[in-house]
Formats: sequence, structure tokens, C-alpha cells
Amino acid sequence: MGKTFQRPASLAAMDSHYCPGCTHGIAHRLIAEVIDELGVRGRTVGIAPVGCAVLAYNYLDFDFQEAAHGRAPAQATGIKRVRPDLVVFTYQGDGDLASIGMGEIVHAANRGEKFTTIFINNAVYGMTGGQMAPTTMPGQRTTTSPFGRDVNNVGMPIKVAELLAALETPAYITRQSVIKPKYIVKAKKAIKTAFEYQLENRCFSFVELVSTCPTNWGLTPVQSVKWAEETLLPYYRLGELKNPGPAEGGCDAK
Amino acid sequence: MAKILMKGNEAIGEAAIRAGCLNYFAYPITPQSEVAEYLSHRLPEVGGVFLQGESEVAVGYMLLGAAGCGARVFTTSSSPGISLMSEALSYMAGSQVPAVFVNIMRGGPGLGGILPSQGDYFQATKGGGHGDYRLLVMAPASVQEAAEMVMMAFPLAEKYRNPVMILGDGLIGQMMEPVEFPENRISPSNKDDWATNGMDTRKSSKRNLVKSLFLDPVELNNNNLVLKEKYARMKREEVRYESYNMDTDYRLFIVSFGTMSRVCRTAIDNLKEEGIEVGMIRPQTLFPFPEEAIFAAASKTDCSLALSIEMSMGQMVEDVERCVHGKCPVEWFGKCGGEVPTPEEIMDVVKGFLKSR
Repeated sequence: MGKTFQRPASLAAMDSHYCPGCTHGIAHRLIAEVIDELGVRGRTVGIAPVGCAVLAYNYLDFDFQEAAHGRAPAQATGIKRVRPDLVVFTYQGDGDLASIGMGEIVHAANRGEKFTTIFINNAVYGMTGGQMAPTTMPGQRTTTSPFGRDVNNVGMPIKVAELLAALETPAYITRQSVIKPKYIVKAKKAIKTAFEYQLENRCFSFVELVSTCPTNWGLTPVQSVKWAEETLLPYYRLGELKNPGPAEGGCDAK
Repeated sequence: MAKILMKGNEAIGEAAIRAGCLNYFAYPITPQSEVAEYLSHRLPEVGGVFLQGESEVAVGYMLLGAAGCGARVFTTSSSPGISLMSEALSYMAGSQVPAVFVNIMRGGPGLGGILPSQGDYFQATKGGGHGDYRLLVMAPASVQEAAEMVMMAFPLAEKYRNPVMILGDGLIGQMMEPVEFPENRISPSNKDDWATNGMDTRKSSKRNLVKSLFLDPVELNNNNLVLKEKYARMKREEVRYESYNMDTDYRLFIVSFGTMSRVCRTAIDNLKEEGIEVGMIRPQTLFPFPEEAIFAAASKTDCSLALSIEMSMGQMVEDVERCVHGKCPVEWFGKCGGEVPTPEEIMDVVKGFLKSR
């Protein structure tokens, strides 16, 4: 008997509102596949951001909470502390996580909260109409940096995965991409590893996913993939930045 | 149950535990940090959850998350910290999530001072954050009453699926008085209808969603109508107040809440000895406000003045004005900065007003 390719149970039978060439749909599907494969749909709580994925709960079929902009890691902390048996993840974009929510993600990671964060990095603000993000590249034109990001004025883009990996508390921190099948395969493995660490109650887990936003980059979907590979991937380097080490060790084994 | 001498802040923390709330997220701020200090060692004793968050902003959302998955939770803070939690209060009201907040008020606006005040009346009774919602607000006047109100707050929050705010002040937080904790007779309510406690927990294949976003205008209007009916029900069922010396032929009655009302009591007792009758209505719920009681008090034939006495620049006075519906004039007296009016000052103010009518 062969295997039938079908919609994961955790993925709702809905058409999404995302733009052609957007990679949210891929990220949602990977999460849904992993949740199904781990058999934890009945105890998963997702936390949706403010951003294009504000309606993520329409596309993923398990318990969901809507967070205020940037505050998902605080909400996840609340849930995980009172119900450590629930599988909790936040799904956040550039503005949500790297701008307004920077305090919450750093502190949740530093406390070692045992939830998983999926960070969609597409170097721009999507839902609000293409404004500059902390992750916008030098010279990149956006609706609030019409002459291109001027690093002398607003600084360099933030590498969130590296920032979080610099904390002393053990964590699983990785950056992957969903812009092409060869990256998607690795992204899925990383997402699964992240949730597996959560199921072991080991550590905070973080998967940054370099993504495309054709609409706000002013490019076609095909041009977007090319621009992401040429401009984003050399700066936002893919790979595992940190893992919590063997189970007996961790920071005590230093 | 024996009476224990306790500091207000500690009694508030202990009352939450007695009410079956074992989850506390908070951030230190004067004059209520003792609540967190007390609970940091008391909650582990009872297998509870204690977490000092990184800011009041984060704490407000830790509460939303935890309450949203069905846990009984509370926090304590003081004025500037409550301002930071205001957006979370709006989210909780819009998402219909219950939680208890305690504001040990200090002087404002801005960084203000660390001494007691009643200057957050507007913030608490008008909602605090953005949008069409209210908080159920209670104002204790003693450490005993603070403990009782904390214990009442949890079932009320769950009855209405709305945040409940207890408005104390630095005096309530810091002073030590005897407390006898009532027996807790109310268990947490079943939240399977709405909480994100996991489909397995509910043995259901239908997921729950905690949200306040309704992009469709008809849906959002409907959500607001649901909330509006809650607040109408609060007005019908939850008004609490105390009358003091109202069964007399008073010409003036005071409206005062919290510790300020205790000073007014002394002033009223002293004036009585001088042959001057003054009544007082002490709201115990600030929302819903005792509108009918105040209107009835103002409607008595001999009544020539309603006097709102507050440790603020006059906030509750506007509600008193609204409730008397022109039956009598309304005046205000108060002080800010942490200066508490003395009984003698109040007696002088009352006599001054009575002389001019």
C-alpha cells in the first residue's frame, strides 16, 4: 500500500488569504504535519500574532489564542507555566517578534520557557502595508524607508537567532528557510526537532524561517525567491545556532 | 478561624490562595511589592505557580494566556503598572477571559509618588484601556475587607468572564490589621465551553479560540452587545455599598470610598457629638456604582448637598453629580500627593459648606 498525500488533520480545510508567493502557507503546513506526526493535536495551543498571520487560527485546527502585538511569548509563558502538559507555540513575524515584542521574546528565551517559537522573517511589515522592519536589509526600499534603509540613521538589521543564541540559558535556536523545496525539507526537520525538545520539557525552542513577501518587496514570486537567496540568505545564515546539549548535561555540565 | 495580624499586601496574597487561586504573575512596584515577596515563598508551599515577569506589560499578557487556558490567575500592581496592563485588560474584556487585578494606588500622574492616593478612579471605573468595556471594580476600606473582596473577585470574574479590579491604596497595602479569612465556598467554574485547555482535556474534537478580533462589523457589534449586557447585569446584581448615619435628618451626605471613608467616619462621629448630622454612602463597588442609593440619599427633603471626598483632584465626584440628577448640589474635597485629609479638616469643610446653604 502506498502513502496518500493528504491534508494534515491539523490543517483546516480552508483557502487562505495569503498572497501568491507568500510562504506562510508552507510554514503553516509544516507545523500541521509535525503536530500530526507527533500526535499532539489534542493538547496543542497555538498563539497567533498581529500581522498577516493574524488569522492563522483559521488555517490550523486546534486550540488557539490571539495575542496582542509582540506579546505572544508572554501569553505562551502564562499557558506553559500553568499547564506544562500543553504543547504551546507562538507564530510571529518581523514586527511582532523583532520590534514591539523584542522584550518578551528575549525574556521568555532567557527564562528557558518550554514553548516553541516560529519566527517568520521576510524583512518587511506585511499586513500594515510594507513598512520597514528591524530585519529590513540595508538599502531596501519600504513604505517608511522610501530611499532605502539608511543604516547610519536606523542601524543594521537584527539577527534575532544570533541574539537569542547569545543568552546563557540552554535553548534550541535554528534558522531555516521555506523559500525552496531544498530548504523546506530541512525546515521541517528543524520544526520537528523544536517540538521534540518541548515534548521532552528540555528547553525553549526557536525556529527562524527566512521567507518571501512578493507584495511588499514589489517583486514577482519568482523574483522574490531569487532576491531572498541573493540578499537575505548571505546575511541571515541558515543552520543550527544552539542546542541544549545532551540530556544529562546542559549548563550544569560546564 | 483565628484572627491574624497581617500587612494588607500579605493578606491580599493569602486571600487569593484561600480563594483557590494558585497562579500569580507580577512585577515589583512600590507600594505593593510585598505581595510578590510573600507569594514567592507561600505559593511553592501550596504547589502554586509564581513568576516575576519582566514588566507589567508582559505580566498582563501572561495573565491573558494563563486565564485563557482555564487557570485561575491574579496579579497586583500600582498605578503606573496598571497603566501598562491597560491594553491587556481591554484584550481580556474583548476575549471574555476572567482574571483578578489589584491596584494599590499611589500618587500620580506620571511617576508621581509612592504614597497613597485614589487617583485611578477614572482609569478603573471607565475601563482603563481602549474600547467599549468596563471592569467590575471593588474598593476595600480595611485589610479584612480587602481579603474578603479578593476572595469574592474570582467567582465574580468567572461569572462574568471579565476582569475584576480591586482598587486599594498604599494605606491598605502597608498597614497591619487583624484578618480572619472566610471559608472559601466557591470552586472554580467549568471553562470547557471557551478555554484553550486542549481538545484532549475537554474530550472534544472541536477546538476553542480565545480572540477579540472581529473584522466583520456585524460580528464585532454583536460582541460588543454581549459585553454591554454583562455590564447591565453587573448593574442589576452586583452593587454593594455601606450606609453610615443615613437614618438621620442629615442636610449633607458624604460619598467616600476606601481608607478615605474611615477618616470621614471619624469626622461624622465627631460632628454628631456637636449636634451636626452628616450621612455617608461608602461605595464598595465603584463599578457598578450605587447610583440608586445616591439618588435616594440626594432626594431626601432636608438634603442640601452631596460631598465627594477623595484622595484625588475629584474623579468620583463626576459620578455623584451624574447620579443625583440635579436633586441637590454636589461639591468635592480632597488632597493629593499622599496627604490624607484629617477628620478635623473634613469637619471644617463640612461646616463651611453647611454655613453657606
